[in-house]
Amino acid sequence: MEQKLWQHVLVPVGKILISILIPLIAFVLLWAGFIFLRDSNAPQTVIAVVAIIWGVGGVALLFYVADYVVNKLPVVLAKKLQPFVFVGPALAILAWYLFIPTVRSLYLSFFGPRSENFVGLKNYIYAFTDPTMLQAFINNLMWIIFGTGGAVGFGLLIALLADRSKLEKVFKSIIFMPMAISFVGAGVIWRFVYAYKPPGEDQVGILNALVTLFGGNPQAWFTLRPWNNIFLIVILIWLQTGYAMVIISAALKGVPSSIIEAGRIDGAGEIRIIRSIIIPYITSTLVTVSTTIIIISLKIFDIVFTMTNGNYGTEVIASMQYKQMFRFYDYGRGSAIAIVLVIAVIPVMWYNLKQFGKREGF
Amino acid sequence: MKRIGERRSSTTLVVTSLLAVLVLIWSVPIIGLLISSIRPKSAVQSTGWWKAFVNSSDLTLDNYRQVLGGSSYTFVDSAGNIVRASGDNLSQAFLNSLTVTIPSVIIPLLIASAAAFGFAWLDFPGRKTFFTIVVALLVVPLQIALIPILRDYQTLRLTGSYLGIWLAHTGFGLPLGIYLLHNYISTIPRDIFESAFLDGARPMVVFSRLVLPLAVPAIASLAIFQFLWVWNDLLVALVFLGGTDNVAVLTQKLASMVGSRGQDWHLLTSGAFITMIIPLIVFFSLQRYFVQGLMAGSVKG
Repeated sequence: MEQKLWQHVLVPVGKILISILIPLIAFVLLWAGFIFLRDSNAPQTVIAVVAIIWGVGGVALLFYVADYVVNKLPVVLAKKLQPFVFVGPALAILAWYLFIPTVRSLYLSFFGPRSENFVGLKNYIYAFTDPTMLQAFINNLMWIIFGTGGAVGFGLLIALLADRSKLEKVFKSIIFMPMAISFVGAGVIWRFVYAYKPPGEDQVGILNALVTLFGGNPQAWFTLRPWNNIFLIVILIWLQTGYAMVIISAALKGVPSSIIEAGRIDGAGEIRIIRSIIIPYITSTLVTVSTTIIIISLKIFDIVFTMTNGNYGTEVIASMQYKQMFRFYDYGRGSAIAIVLVIAVIPVMWYNLKQFGKREGF
Repeated sequence: MKRIGERRSSTTLVVTSLLAVLVLIWSVPIIGLLISSIRPKSAVQSTGWWKAFVNSSDLTLDNYRQVLGGSSYTFVDSAGNIVRASGDNLSQAFLNSLTVTIPSVIIPLLIASAAAFGFAWLDFPGRKTFFTIVVALLVVPLQIALIPILRDYQTLRLTGSYLGIWLAHTGFGLPLGIYLLHNYISTIPRDIFESAFLDGARPMVVFSRLVLPLAVPAIASLAIFQFLWVWNDLLVALVFLGGTDNVAVLTQKLASMVGSRGQDWHLLTSGAFITMIIPLIVFFSLQRYFVQGLMAGSVKG
């Protein structure tokens, strides 16, 4: 009798208790870590190490415990829930961080600065009529045209040249290197290039040094409207040419040499071969690279933020949005500008993804 | 393709010299930065960095000592004077950057590879719909999430915490991660899974023993892209970490140095170099994965 009780009641109850206890312990562990990290005054190094272990270990633990719990459930239910152990966390985070915010921003964009009173399309009217916003649109257009044109143009030129050089690898490495540098870091590098000192003093910025060397007057480049936008765009070109070059270069290797040989036999010169054979052959790659850099130019923020903070007529859409939200605390306008940005990005991104699906990801 | 230029040496010469000019233009800004960062303050302020090639006697690491040092920092300058100066505590920011970056790379990759496996090989209702939404989210620029998430964080007291920024980078990195890893994982031959499932292996075992090891090349490329993205990010850090010194990352510190020390080129250049050193090491040591990561990551929203 006693043994039956043991078998039929205590064992299952114990099992259930354990399967409740394990998630509970995991939860307490994670929560304790969270409170510790949020409120602790321990030395920085300790916090950093605990943070890394807690963050990475916590996620692994969550997956493990979720899997454990699901497998304790009746088989039918377990089978149904199993896939959500894998996709559930991702879906939850995506819903919280991207899906719901998009919907919420759309909603907030119809409300006033404090999100209290409904204002209809007023924020959108502001976004499309305010002089600073219009300036930002024009500037963004300049970023798209000159930034993309410059990066893709130089990328193509360098890829074509490097393909004909013995030192291809070295040259390409150097052109590609700026890709590793942050926009802020690049900002400092270029502020120094553009540095200005009054006439008569020794110039420390190389651009003004060159200008004075050839007898010109040193300029404060960032205040020269509207050329200052171009000086900022040069930084983007410097950063992104490497990316364009690497991808175009890979496409160049794919142009069959038989076609080029055929062209040469027909007496075509080098320029003619590039224009009539190579460029048409790699058009789809050029388009992909361009769309990617167009998206980067549309969302450009860091360069403007660190170099001019949008002053002297260099405002762009993303910097206007940041200012509305975090300088003027106008959530309505900030959200409306964000929505405008999404709408501008969607067609380019959609096209880009379509192209991307065609080429190999890795 | 054959190297066309090699037939005529004059063409090769033109090509090489043109390239050399372009490469020179591209590298001059970085060379200027590096040289200025090891020149003493007085030299940086008064003469162009290119003059260091003529008079290279007085190079120094003092600038690095100062920007890495804490709030008050004493050093002996080249003339033997004891100088007290306030440092920029970039060593702290460096540590913060590591603390932000490491989990911000590993967490999204773990979650994304699990999700990619789920979408590719497990059957559940709504699989196609959910996956379409994930891909659609690639087009959403993260700017849109800043205000709503910031409000949630204020309620949860997550602003200025590492957890907050890890989760933010996870959220913003997931669509690309899932999309690319799904592309990769779904090409793994079906037989491998089927025999494992037939042997009675649970999906978690299949995932951790089979899928993760097989997907290492894709995960490595993605890891490098996400690493660069997080390490070089300014916007997400500005919004979610706030400006307090004990959590500020390198990009934030450098951006604020640009504001407060706009003309101190000797410090700005060394500070900038400190922010670049880790990505450059990654660049030169893992160039192949680096290129793949960037190419794969080029569609990030």
